[in-house]
Amino acid sequence: MTINLDSKIPDGPLADKWQNFIANEKLVNPANKRKFKIIVVGTGLAGASAAATLGELGYQVEAFTFHDSPRRAHSIAAQGGINAAKNYQGDGDSVHRLFYDTIKGGDFRAREANVHRLAEVSVDIIDQMVAQGVPFAREYGGLLDNRSFGGAQVSRTFYARGQTGQQLLIGAYQQLARQIGLGNVKLWNRMEMVDVVNIDGRCAGIVTRDLMTGEFSSHSAHAVVLATGGYGNVFYLSTNAMACNVTGAWRAHRRGAAFANPCYTQIHPTCIPQADDFQSKLTLMSESLRNDGRIWVPKNPDETRRADQVPEDERDYYLERIYPSFGNLAPRDVSSRAAKRMVDAGQGVGPLKNGVYLDFAEAIDRLGEDTIRERYGNLFDMYERITGENPYEVPMRIYPASHYTMGGLWVDYELMTTIPGLYCAGEANFSDHGANRLGASALMQGLSDGYFVLPYTISQYLSEWLNKPIPDTSHEQFAKVQAEATDRFKGYMAIGGTRGPDHFHRELGKIIWDYCGMDRNATGLEKALSEIPALHEEFKTDLKVTGSDTNVNQTLEKAGRVDDFFELGMLMCKDALNREESCGGHFRSEHQTDEGEALRNDDDFAYVSAWEWSGDMANPIEHKEQLEYEVVHFQTRSYK
Amino acid sequence: MSTLTNLTLKIWRQDGPTGQGRFESHQIPEISDEASFLELLDILNERLIEEGKEAIVFDHDCREGICGTCSLMIDGQAHGPSKGAATCQIHMRTFNSGDEIVVEPWRAAAFPVIKDLMVDRAPLDRIIEAGGYITAPTGGAPDANLIPIPKPVADASMDAAACIGCGACVAACPNGAASLFTSAKLAHLNLLPQGQAERYKRAEAMVEKMDEYFGSCTNHGECQAACPKEISIDNIAIMNIDYLKSKFKNRKLLDR
Amino acid sequence: MAQTLNRGPVSGTAVKPPSKKKPFFVDFYSTAVGKKYVMAITGIIGIGFVIGHMIGNLKMYLGVVTEGDGRAYDIDIYGEFLRQILVPILPHGVFLWIMRFVLIGALVLHLHAAYSLTVLNRKARPVKYQTPRDYQVANFASRTMRWTGIIVVLFLAWHLADLTWGWANPDFVKGAVYRNLDTSLSRLPVAILYIVANIALGIHLFHGTWSLFQSLGWSSPRFNQWRRYLATGVATLVVVGNCSFPIAVQAGIIDYNPDAVTATQEAAP
Repeated sequence: MTINLDSKIPDGPLADKWQNFIANEKLVNPANKRKFKIIVVGTGLAGASAAATLGELGYQVEAFTFHDSPRRAHSIAAQGGINAAKNYQGDGDSVHRLFYDTIKGGDFRAREANVHRLAEVSVDIIDQMVAQGVPFAREYGGLLDNRSFGGAQVSRTFYARGQTGQQLLIGAYQQLARQIGLGNVKLWNRMEMVDVVNIDGRCAGIVTRDLMTGEFSSHSAHAVVLATGGYGNVFYLSTNAMACNVTGAWRAHRRGAAFANPCYTQIHPTCIPQADDFQSKLTLMSESLRNDGRIWVPKNPDETRRADQVPEDERDYYLERIYPSFGNLAPRDVSSRAAKRMVDAGQGVGPLKNGVYLDFAEAIDRLGEDTIRERYGNLFDMYERITGENPYEVPMRIYPASHYTMGGLWVDYELMTTIPGLYCAGEANFSDHGANRLGASALMQGLSDGYFVLPYTISQYLSEWLNKPIPDTSHEQFAKVQAEATDRFKGYMAIGGTRGPDHFHRELGKIIWDYCGMDRNATGLEKALSEIPALHEEFKTDLKVTGSDTNVNQTLEKAGRVDDFFELGMLMCKDALNREESCGGHFRSEHQTDEGEALRNDDDFAYVSAWEWSGDMANPIEHKEQLEYEVVHFQTRSYK
Repeated sequence: MSTLTNLTLKIWRQDGPTGQGRFESHQIPEISDEASFLELLDILNERLIEEGKEAIVFDHDCREGICGTCSLMIDGQAHGPSKGAATCQIHMRTFNSGDEIVVEPWRAAAFPVIKDLMVDRAPLDRIIEAGGYITAPTGGAPDANLIPIPKPVADASMDAAACIGCGACVAACPNGAASLFTSAKLAHLNLLPQGQAERYKRAEAMVEKMDEYFGSCTNHGECQAACPKEISIDNIAIMNIDYLKSKFKNRKLLDR
Repeated sequence: MAQTLNRGPVSGTAVKPPSKKKPFFVDFYSTAVGKKYVMAITGIIGIGFVIGHMIGNLKMYLGVVTEGDGRAYDIDIYGEFLRQILVPILPHGVFLWIMRFVLIGALVLHLHAAYSLTVLNRKARPVKYQTPRDYQVANFASRTMRWTGIIVVLFLAWHLADLTWGWANPDFVKGAVYRNLDTSLSRLPVAILYIVANIALGIHLFHGTWSLFQSLGWSSPRFNQWRRYLATGVATLVVVGNCSFPIAVQAGIIDYNPDAVTATQEAAP
């Protein structure tokens, strides 16, 4: 399959492009919609909202989730909020400002047209979610409340306590449930997509594995939407849920979809530091905490006093000191690296000296404990439950952790990957965040893709296939791919080594975190590129999967996912090595200013790297989509 | 940070939905009190795999108490001994050295055991499909600030909406009832102005769907005590009265 | 009801075939919530009866009063009064029978609802937990409703046989309430039976009174805390009031004296 990076950006001035697209797109009339079958893989915000809307429109939709219920997807764990250019606070917000903040926050590595569309539909998302019964926080007058968030100077973030992701996902899930109940959507639960099937240059369907019976089956459709989430779990320790994986996107990549910007991974600045070696995951504390908390470390690396006994003049409020205008609200990548520098300098706090303080003492004095409890009560409770410390009395300890991945399958303006008929939505695609995502924008992108973009763009492709036959699952290609998948899983069972998949995942995660984490350099990346294949070899010969493959086997599921993480990890390091600049979440220590800030190279690297699978994980083929900026001018991101 | 020693885990193993099932004992010589209970199971599973035995199957995912995937009856309590916490939020510091910890799957006719500690909770989805939504097709929504919602109402709705759908209420209920789940879902939508148009249709449909799978509420209050989000049984009272009203109002509407 | 594990896509779960409209009561009573309403409403009738019955019985302590030209036990006059209610609109005794029918109807419904809910709840958990539960808030009263209920029903049958029909009271004289009560409760095992049964009734009412507010949906943050107090009050009132009679008889405070009353009253129908 040849790679053609045509971004299909519509004509017209930036602000009119989306409207022009809608005005000129090809539609499918209501009576014909039921002739088309669409598969949606994943039921998080993007998947559930897409499946629900497409079902509502009249398409035959089949939704697949590997969870027991669509409501479990990891979108549910987003805490802080969702951005929208509503300007309800009258503080100077506008679609253009949200667009500009997102581009700037993404360090000028995102596609202008996509981001502008995202900002435009953000407004509709809030309307839609409120109509659907999402109980957003309100003012006493009954109007919607907003909070401010990192990387913006306006308050445009809508929230539902510290559970915004949960409320939005439940909203989307309820719409999906309605369509399932009505019979417009068929839901397959506990089914994992294990491969994509292409026939005659278009995506013809998928192959799945039933997690309860171990059975493989094929499903054909006119179009397939992957909404399978991000790959942050490649680090092993991340804030992602245990089951989050790259398999959906990676299998599509192996079948010809280009994978874009894999090195753009986001490290979230406010997570609870690791407590010991066998920790299975890290917990994120919403970034909204930075609204009222002040971040500091003791000036003296050998400080042994309790936090509240360290006098003011012996504390270093380093974010306020280095970035006076944004202070504690500096963007995620900036504050993450600042925290890393503090800890690396030996100024870390806590038993393992692996964190920095996030202190609410001043906010509690100023606003009272009740107000703080009202705003962050559940986050404080969560912190106390995990650490056993009461954050109303002692400052929280936080440290950055892998959280979100901006990279993903390359998609054009219509969210189609390089395989015709295969779409990708939500975190799984690369499109809107550039090299760094602003807080509260992930929920916005997932819902925008699912509710307001895909349902429009998919008809453009489907209309070509009206009344044309498509191959069904009896086609030999389905049988071939299904047999390959079956063999792959039988292979994991047959290795009979000595170590479970978690062991390899942990080892792989360590390599990626050490060499391709917050701070990268050529030597480290080279090292990673030689260590990963060695570990992968070991995986292939020393993996041990117990149990049977004809019934629930979580070890086997994990083995398949870890296998794909190896190949992805290689591509990440390759991409990071290739990108000789620092931008957003990608920080190369060779490319920094004298003050230790990221140094972008717009002349040589203002492009999207879209990688093609060559059959050998050590030698992927790079393609470039040059980023053209009509409206925005490059500038050095400064939050000082 | 300290260490717990000499724990015994008595864990339910069952090969499949029709299998007999039995308890299996495992010794844990040492574990840090910072570990979560599920991390203890992870460590045990890695050991089992290395010994060539099958790992214990249990549902889990986000491990921060929000996705509602984890379950487990630990020492006779749904989601274990901590109040207002899901199984994934239980830390070993809750236990003492030398404890025997008994772990069972949740048991209800509606929640058949799939394997070991994993159960099927699909009937909760069926209840939502029956009416747990507001019909609001994509695209037609009016401005979000068009209908002001008093803060206490939005807050009360949010209290109910915090439900994570884990099914602990069913597991803890001596009658295997899902009244707390259903009532929380109803209260979430029925309290909001946007939910009024379908309020009684929703109440009728969801209560009757619930009846197909679950037992009845006899007001023990165990569900509220087990709920990781501490959702109040006051919602059940609201559900009951809405259901009664639905029987009048829906009849009236149908007669038109 | 039991859920089986079927694999395959889920769809159309909320599409219901049109069904014939059933009469309101049948329709409502067919669900567990409807049955709980019936439990609660019949329970209120029962509570009302139990409290009224107990208060009426307190007339035992008034002993003998003078009425017209004779002297009679106050409670015997009260017994006759109940038959006279609404005379002459209704014939003698008819109102009492209407009340009895209401009570019988309520009892039958209460029992049927309790029985069917118990069956439903047993089916909802066919495989029990294999290790003991650690209940957090479910109390003794809430978990023993079925047993206290059965004790109360059996006692009720005995109580009717003893003091209404007289089968279980060898020295029974129809209409002589004071005398019958004294002779019956003078037997120590009978007195103990009454005390035990009334404690069971009290336990039943303690959960029932609180629970009916939930079942009927009477919930308001303003008065919810009073529901527990009310339940405790009702249960205490009934237990203390009703248990005082066997104790008083055994202690000799209530002691029938045939010479204290005029014979005409004694022979009244």
